[in-house]
Amino acid sequence: MDIKNADFTSIFNVASLQNRHLVDLHWFTLAICVLIAFVVTGLLIAVIAKFRTPENDDGSEPRQIQGNIRLEIIWTAIPLLIVTVLGVLTAIVMLVVNPPVGNKQPDVVVIGHQWWWEYRYPKLGVTTANEFYLPVGKNTLFEFRSADVVHSFWVIAFGQKMDAIPGHPTNMWVHPIKTGKFLGTCSEYCGAQHGLMRIIANVVPQEEFDTWIEKQRAVPEQPTDPAAVRGKELFNSATCVECHRVAGNEDAQALIGPDLTHIAQRETLGTGVLANNTENLKKWMQNPQTFKPGVNMPKMRLTDEEAQDIAVYLESLK
Amino acid sequence: MTGGTIHTHKPVNWLAEVPEYQGILSWLTSIDHKQLGILYILSAFGFLVVGALMGLTIRLQLMFPMSHVVSQEVYNQIFTMHGTTMVFFVGMPLLFGFAVYLTPLMIGARDMAFPRLNSFGYWVYLFGAIMLFFSFLSGGAPAAGWFAYPPLSEKGYLFNNGQNYWALSLFVTGIGSVATGVNLIVTILTMRAPGMTLKRVPLFVWMILMDGFLVVFSLPALNAALVMILFDRTLNTKFFDATVGGSPLLWQHFFWFFGHPEVYILILPGWGAISEVIPVFSRKLLFGAGVMAASTVAITFLSFGVWVHHMFAAGLGFAPLYIFAVTSLLIAVPTGIKVWSWLATMWGGKLRFTVAMLHAMAFLIQFTIGGLSGVAFAVIPLDWQLTDSYFVVAHFHYVLVGGMLFSLISGVYYWYPKVTGRMMSETLGKWQFWLMVFGFNGTFFVMHILGVLGMPRRVWTYPLGMPGWAELNFFSSCWSFVLVASMLLFLYNLVWSFYHGKIAGPNPWNAWTLEWLADSPPIGENFERVPVVRSRRPLWDLQFGSGGDGEHHA
Repeated sequence: MDIKNADFTSIFNVASLQNRHLVDLHWFTLAICVLIAFVVTGLLIAVIAKFRTPENDDGSEPRQIQGNIRLEIIWTAIPLLIVTVLGVLTAIVMLVVNPPVGNKQPDVVVIGHQWWWEYRYPKLGVTTANEFYLPVGKNTLFEFRSADVVHSFWVIAFGQKMDAIPGHPTNMWVHPIKTGKFLGTCSEYCGAQHGLMRIIANVVPQEEFDTWIEKQRAVPEQPTDPAAVRGKELFNSATCVECHRVAGNEDAQALIGPDLTHIAQRETLGTGVLANNTENLKKWMQNPQTFKPGVNMPKMRLTDEEAQDIAVYLESLK
Repeated sequence: MTGGTIHTHKPVNWLAEVPEYQGILSWLTSIDHKQLGILYILSAFGFLVVGALMGLTIRLQLMFPMSHVVSQEVYNQIFTMHGTTMVFFVGMPLLFGFAVYLTPLMIGARDMAFPRLNSFGYWVYLFGAIMLFFSFLSGGAPAAGWFAYPPLSEKGYLFNNGQNYWALSLFVTGIGSVATGVNLIVTILTMRAPGMTLKRVPLFVWMILMDGFLVVFSLPALNAALVMILFDRTLNTKFFDATVGGSPLLWQHFFWFFGHPEVYILILPGWGAISEVIPVFSRKLLFGAGVMAASTVAITFLSFGVWVHHMFAAGLGFAPLYIFAVTSLLIAVPTGIKVWSWLATMWGGKLRFTVAMLHAMAFLIQFTIGGLSGVAFAVIPLDWQLTDSYFVVAHFHYVLVGGMLFSLISGVYYWYPKVTGRMMSETLGKWQFWLMVFGFNGTFFVMHILGVLGMPRRVWTYPLGMPGWAELNFFSSCWSFVLVASMLLFLYNLVWSFYHGKIAGPNPWNAWTLEWLADSPPIGENFERVPVVRSRRPLWDLQFGSGGDGEHHA
């Protein structure tokens, strides 16, 4: 799905304080590298222009020079100096960007699954999937875990990426400095749908974030619309509840697939592959494999009417 | 050196007429390092075509957003096989081919120290390669990427046999590689011509010696890891299963402990070739040969201490990461020394722009770009931005195609007359060279930008509307056709020149190392008589009486 309202995806589109430091270091390193590349290219061009064998060459051999110790010391010392400077800057930026975490509790726990993302806000008691929110101007501590294979979390405009490795929780700080919708994709090859395991980060003002949290905490109202009531029954009697959770629906408490408690609030389905609306949700349930081949959700054997009812139920979960 | 009385047959000047090489059986049963070298190189080129076509399939799939040229299942198998093939079945045999063909000739020996082990290495490699490709027929090729991170490569996530074939095949090939590595070390240490001290071996041989050590000390780490993953998959051990106390990170450490030296294993023979080609076509002694040799030793040591830079985004904590940032930065210094030495060799020379030399000069620029983009991965904060993106794909193709492949193709143009007795076509060669320069840079340069724009590697497809992704991918895919065409033209040149090339004679380039003293193609025992070596350039001494080591300037 083409997400049109997203911010420009580039590591130079600085959306976090951390990425500001990374980008500064990036320009500095890039300038040095471009300079060296120009020097080497320039020297090669000069050599080609100056030392081609002349037309009327007498066949004699040029002067045979073994080496030049002074020159060799210079071209060892200057690179050494450059890498020393880069080494010092590396240490400074590393410590500024990712200071030691100690025993701090993370603000957001991200769990990579094949092929979707689970987001938990342990301090706020919220669990959601695939689209998450951050308040602007607040340094947020992330923790990454994996439920299956190695994934890597990379919101491009936040700069850094961090792997999610089974049995090895990792951390990263993100201090968003501008609001907007920022995209990313899983960056460690994780199997069939690696390329469509998208990340959608919404950075919003604090008040808006608080409102979002409130909504996430609220238990959705029980359906009253007859189609939605039928949908809920079907949802609970079909195999949906073997994997999915919906708060307030005591039959649906499984934690294998994405939490669907407030699915109607999300913009996309299938981790960013489809726009979220009743029609797409219905098609998705009838055969998710057409949109995301290899996805772990099986093809549900639902009639059009059944799928429609379940879709209406889920789309009522605001 | 021709026409001696020792010959029982008249000297020949074309490979196809060598009496010992007549008939298939002579090739299948050969323990001659020259035949085995040719077999290695031809096999490598065969797999290069296969690997390039897989690469082309990847480019076709990525040419347009949300396209469906191949299914994601096939795509994942293809990029896995592309990487595995290019590293293990193109890169390794290509360098071993050069190494086993040239090393004995360049040090004045009759053959490798262990000719049968040499033959074992080749056939085991070919067997391993065929076994891996057989997996396509067994229900699916491996699909966990060329570094096969568990748990994805465990049977819980990839349950077809492909991954087992992958582990077994690389294990078998790896045994052959270690055998060849040992063979090269022993040959170089014990079989040099009289007077050829280690300070006087050609730079190519010096690089191969270091390469031998790299192979012998790094491949066992891979082999051990392959046995573990194979046991995990077939005997239910739990080496890499975090749920019961195993560790997926353990694999990453094992793999990259092999994987980073592997990069230098692949590039060292290329550097060696360049260090022979540039002096000969500049008509000068290699500048700072001693420092060049010493910097290679430094790289060999350092390359065993940089592997964690492949894991900078794995959250290992400040201290372990930083140590490896320092070593990774340091390794840039000896690498830089080489580039300056090659440039200084050309300075003040009389340059001859043969096709071999053109490739060497393109190598210099492309390898420098690949080296500089590598510095970006040593600076850890930049690594956090760029790792696992298309920037990495650009980086290692600049090193391995722009660097290794260009330098070894340069070597093919340079040594082809020695191997076959005929010159390669310079006209076809120049066409091939320019097509390859544009094809290669057109395909891979834009990938740097794709990485900066956030495109992760190994994605089957990408959505519409990502800024620049569609345009840059389209651009890259178009040039990839030119790149593949240039490779095919190169292979065509190999065949055409074999039948129509000018007869070369022993020393067509007026070069200075011992292999040019032998006939082209060399006789079975390589040399009838080897002169006492008194400098780095024995043939210069033969021509001028002395001065092979040049004059010294403080």
